[in-house]
Amino acid sequence: METLTFRFEHGQRRLKAAPELVGVVSSGNLEVLIENAALDGACAIEVKTAARGFGAIWEAVMRDFQQRWQLADARISINDMGATPAVVSLRLDQAVEAMVEEGQ
Amino acid sequence: MSASYLEATARERILAVLDAGSFKELLPPAQRVVSPHLGQLDAPVSFDDGVIIGEGLLDGQAVMAAAQEGGFMGGAVGEVHGAKLVGLLRRAVVKQAAGVILLLETGGVRLHEANAGLIAVSEVMRAVLETRAAGIPVIVLVGGANGCFGGMGIVARCANTVIMSEEGRLAMSGPEVIETANGVEEFDSRDRALVWRTTGGKHRYLIGDCQQLVSDDTAAFRAAAIAALAQVSAPQLTLAALEAEQEMLRRRIATFGLADDPMDIWAELGVPRPDSVPMLEADAFTAMAQAHRITSPA
Amino acid sequence: MTATPTPGQVDWRALAQTLFPQGHQITESEHFLSGTAQVDGHTVTVVGTTGHTPIGIEIALAQATAILDTVRNHPGRAIVILVDTQGQRLRHRDEMLGINSYMAHLGKCVELARRQGHRVIGLVYDQALSGGFITSGLIADACYALPDATIRVMGLPAMARITKVPEERLTELAKSNPVFAPGPENYLRMGGVAEIWSGDLGQAMRQALATGDNADVRAALGRARGGRQWAQRVIDAVAHDAPLNG
Repeated sequence: METLTFRFEHGQRRLKAAPELVGVVSSGNLEVLIENAALDGACAIEVKTAARGFGAIWEAVMRDFQQRWQLADARISINDMGATPAVVSLRLDQAVEAMVEEGQ
Repeated sequence: MSASYLEATARERILAVLDAGSFKELLPPAQRVVSPHLGQLDAPVSFDDGVIIGEGLLDGQAVMAAAQEGGFMGGAVGEVHGAKLVGLLRRAVVKQAAGVILLLETGGVRLHEANAGLIAVSEVMRAVLETRAAGIPVIVLVGGANGCFGGMGIVARCANTVIMSEEGRLAMSGPEVIETANGVEEFDSRDRALVWRTTGGKHRYLIGDCQQLVSDDTAAFRAAAIAALAQVSAPQLTLAALEAEQEMLRRRIATFGLADDPMDIWAELGVPRPDSVPMLEADAFTAMAQAHRITSPA
Repeated sequence: MTATPTPGQVDWRALAQTLFPQGHQITESEHFLSGTAQVDGHTVTVVGTTGHTPIGIEIALAQATAILDTVRNHPGRAIVILVDTQGQRLRHRDEMLGINSYMAHLGKCVELARRQGHRVIGLVYDQALSGGFITSGLIADACYALPDATIRVMGLPAMARITKVPEERLTELAKSNPVFAPGPENYLRMGGVAEIWSGDLGQAMRQALATGDNADVRAALGRARGGRQWAQRVIDAVAHDAPLNG
C-alpha cells in the first residue's frame, strides 16, 4: 500500500455538514469519504492505494479535481484498489455532488 | 421502483429495503473503524469494514438492519465486521426492535484475518440465536453475486426466515474449494448451471431451506422482508420445532440421499418438467412450487 | 467396527479414560463418538468425532440427534463435545442436500440445550478446522483445548489460492502471528478457547462442567487477554452507544 497526501489552499465552495461516502473498495474501484473539516479554507486529500508508483498520475487527477471544484474546509479520504484515473475522477465528482445536493 | 438487487451496492440495498429516509447508520464510515489486521498483508481497508449497520423502519416498524458489501473482500467477515453484526444483534435486544434484517453477501470467514474471522463468525451465530431467544425475529436476505457461503451460510439457517432470489446462492463450501479438494468430477465449479442447481435460490426453496423466492428486484426483497416480519410469531427455538426440523433433515437424506443431481430431487418432489425450472420467472416458479416443495418454518 | 488410531492421531479411548476417571460408556461407529460418562457422580452425554474425520450431513445430524435426545429425555444433563476433525466434508452431495442447514440445526440444538439449562462444553483434543467445529465446539458454552491440539481455519495451500497471498508468506505468518498460527494458545488469547487443559484432565473436566456461566464472553476475553483489541469495543459501541476509545 502507498499513502499519498495533497493539500490545496484557498478553496471557495463549502460543503454540507454531514459526511458522505461513495464507492466500494473492490478491484478496480475505490471509496471516497468526504467531510467538512476546519482547515482554514483548504482541501486536504489522503489516498491509500494498493497500486504503488502512480504518484504523478494521482497528482494530475487531484489538480484537475481542484480546478473543477475548489473545495474549502473539506477533508477527502480515499481507499483505492487500483482504479483508473477516470474512475477516480468519477468517484470524486460523485462524492462532491453528494455533498452539495442540499441548499447549494 | 424497480432496481436489480444483484447489481446494487450494499448501501443502495439497505436504503431500498428500508422505508425511504428512515435509515440511520451506526459506526458510519466517518468514524473509520477499520480492520486492524489487513495492513500486515498489505491489503486495503474499507472505512466500514465491508458491512453497513444501522436502525430504520420497515413498513413503519423499528428494525435493526445490516448489509454486507460483497465487493469488499468478497463480503467476508473479519474482527470488526463481525463485531458490528454482533453489536447490532445485541442492540436489537436492548432497544426491543421489531426485528433484525440481515442482507448477507459473503464468502464466510475472512481468510486474511483467519483465527479472528472464525471466532467472529461464531460470535455472530450465537448472537443471532440470542436475539431470537429474546423474542426478536431475524430475517435474512440473500441475492448478491457472491452468495452466502461458509460459516455465514450456517448463520443464515439460524435465522427465522431466508429470502432468496434465483440469482442468490446459499451453501457452505464454494464449488472451487470442493473442486480443488476432490476434483472436477466431484464438482465442476465452471458448470454454472450445476452450481445454481445445487446452491441457488430455487433449489433451496424446493428443498425447504428458503421460505420465499423473489425476483432480482430491491422492491421484491423489501416486500418479502415486510411479509416475513409480519409472519414470524414465535422467534424462539423450541424443542418441538427442532424435532420437526430434525425429522425433515432425516427424511431429506432418506429420500434424496442417493440423488446424483439436484434435478433428480426436483423430479422426485413431483415438479413437472424439472428441466424448465431455471427458465421460470420468480412468481411462476413460486406458484408451481407450492404443490411440491418441502416447507419448513426455519 | 472400530478403527485403531494411526500414529499422529490421538487415541480417543486412552483420552476418555483420563477425561472420565469415574468411567464412560462411549462407543465409536465410523469415527462418530457417542455415549455417556460419569463426572462427579453425574452422568453426562458425550458426543464427538475421531480420526480427523470430515463432518458431513450424516455426522452433523447424528450429533444433533444425540443432543436433542438429551434435552428430551435427560433434563439438566451436561453435554461434552469431543472435537477431532479435518473440517466439513467437501462433496457436491453435501452441498446439494444443504450441509449448511445440517450444521445450523446442530448449532440450534446446542443452543436449545443451553437455554434449557444443560451445560455444554467442547474439547478440541486433536484437530479442529473451522467448518468442522463451528457449530459444535465453537457454539458450546465454552470451548477447551489440549496443548498439542491444532485449530485452524483452512489449510495453507487453499488459503493461498483464495486470498492470492503467496503460500510462503502465509507459512511465515503462521509461525508466529496470532491471527494465523494454528495453536490453541492463539485461540486462548483471542478468547475463542476458554482454557487449555493440562495435568489432571479429569479435574479439568470436573471444573469445566461445574462452571455455570453460559453467556458468550469471548469478545470480552479476547480484549482482556490482548488477542482481539477491537471486537468487544465495537460490540459495546454499537449495542450500548459506548465511546469507541473508552
